[in-house]
Amino acid sequence: MSNPHHTEDNTLAGKIKKNVGVSLVKCYQCGKCSAGCPVSGDMDYPPSLLIHKLQTGLPNHEEDVLRSKSIWYCLSCEMCIARCPMEVDIPPMMDYLRGESIRLNKANPAAKNIIKFHKAFLNSIKNTGRLYEMGLIVDYKMKSLNMMQDVTLAPTMLAKGKLKIFPEMIKNRKNIRQIFLNTINKQK
Amino acid sequence: MKLGFYPGCSLEGASREYNESVMAIAEKIGIELVSIPDWNCCGATAAHNLNKELSLSLPARNLALAEEAGLTELVVPCAACYSRFTMVQHELMHDEPLHKRVNEIIGKEYKGNLRILNVIQFIDEYVIDKLDENVKFEFNKKVACYYGCLLVRPNKVLKFDRTEDPQTMDIVMKKLGADAIDWAYKTECCGAGFSVSFTEAVARLSGNIVEDAVHRGAEAIIVACPMCHSNLDMRRKEIDKFNGKKSDIPVIYITQAIGVALGIDHKKLGLQRHFVPVNLKDFKPFVKKEIDVEKPQNMEVE
Ligand code: SF4
Ligand code: SF4
Repeated sequence: MSNPHHTEDNTLAGKIKKNVGVSLVKCYQCGKCSAGCPVSGDMDYPPSLLIHKLQTGLPNHEEDVLRSKSIWYCLSCEMCIARCPMEVDIPPMMDYLRGESIRLNKANPAAKNIIKFHKAFLNSIKNTGRLYEMGLIVDYKMKSLNMMQDVTLAPTMLAKGKLKIFPEMIKNRKNIRQIFLNTINKQK
Repeated sequence: MKLGFYPGCSLEGASREYNESVMAIAEKIGIELVSIPDWNCCGATAAHNLNKELSLSLPARNLALAEEAGLTELVVPCAACYSRFTMVQHELMHDEPLHKRVNEIIGKEYKGNLRILNVIQFIDEYVIDKLDENVKFEFNKKVACYYGCLLVRPNKVLKFDRTEDPQTMDIVMKKLGADAIDWAYKTECCGAGFSVSFTEAVARLSGNIVEDAVHRGAEAIIVACPMCHSNLDMRRKEIDKFNGKKSDIPVIYITQAIGVALGIDHKKLGLQRHFVPVNLKDFKPFVKKEIDVEKPQNMEVE
């Protein structure tokens, strides 16, 4: 940029501000988000620390954030924003960071199965327009090679009439494919 | 009277008893719920965890189809779908370029004229006034009303009830004759859509919820979200393992509880489909009594 007063903020925090409108400078590190977050104990950096790392704008800290488990363990429960005195909207920040982490191929190995599950879920929608739970379970098991997990769950679900044998197909599947092609499967 | 309806995938699959009970009480009080023609999955957690535009477009297609079908009010019983729809409507109505872009992606025009109701709003607006004349049995049990995340947060967008101590379900249950207890885990997260991919967290979070409800003497946990239900019901084995003791407290959809009070056959309400058996008996005939319920003040937010 030629105008020195309008240099683009190329830090990750700057991109978050620009793309999802969340301003991390407002955070004064009170820690309420981390105290209320149901999974901060599972995270490598609790939400307030993630923000602190981003506030520094230092490349090594940004790298930690994009490679963290935290962004994938976040359940999108919205507790943090409900309690934040400064209304720092953490959940959309997390969504953005997950997108970037995948795009830059930096997703934490511990999140492997979570991401596989999300992908299997979206695959089902792409093909049928709806979630086909039986297909999702099979697809996820193939992807995660986690064949033995929940072996007893599916038969009980079937017996209780909670699993459909055949997928439900919507009529205008072309429209759904078009939505995928225009978004997540866009050729760059 | 007719209202638009979005069942969503859970209600057509693993949580079909939720659908069955919504339909059963609507029928009983003379409301026809009309599904959006050719509706698709809202994308749930997977879409907004991986791609923002996808997470906006999948719900937007449904909203546009609902408008095309001439629907003006949409009942969305699944708390997760409801949250996605409400968030999408909010985002699109506050961001003109994004709204345009999403309309292009879905190849339809969503104008934004739809009123989206969750199950409790539906009950509050269309069911509650009909209860006194239709209720047959008193739901004379101690219950823990569990709201979870997506009905109450973020308050700024949903503007539904108090974020930390919501009351709407408690009021409905009290009207039916139940003793709705005060407890600590009303709005704590159950682990949401991570039941399969992060089971340890779900066992712990749902475990704490079940433990507190049992500890305070509740005989049933009342829910309004299929994810909460599957985690608290279908994951009970893992929950009991985490808590180190067996529990038999059933998890009941609020619509099933209303159905029971209305005298609808338990099978029709899908109560036999739960993993944790529902053995609630000895309901007394309903006697209308004035209960002292103070409507909660919604937190005023700009
Ligand atoms: S609650 Fe808000 S202000 Fe406090 S540390 Fe978290 S993000 Fe920062
Ligand atoms: S939305 Fe994510 S970061 Fe915020 S409290 Fe919930 S799990 Fe923690």
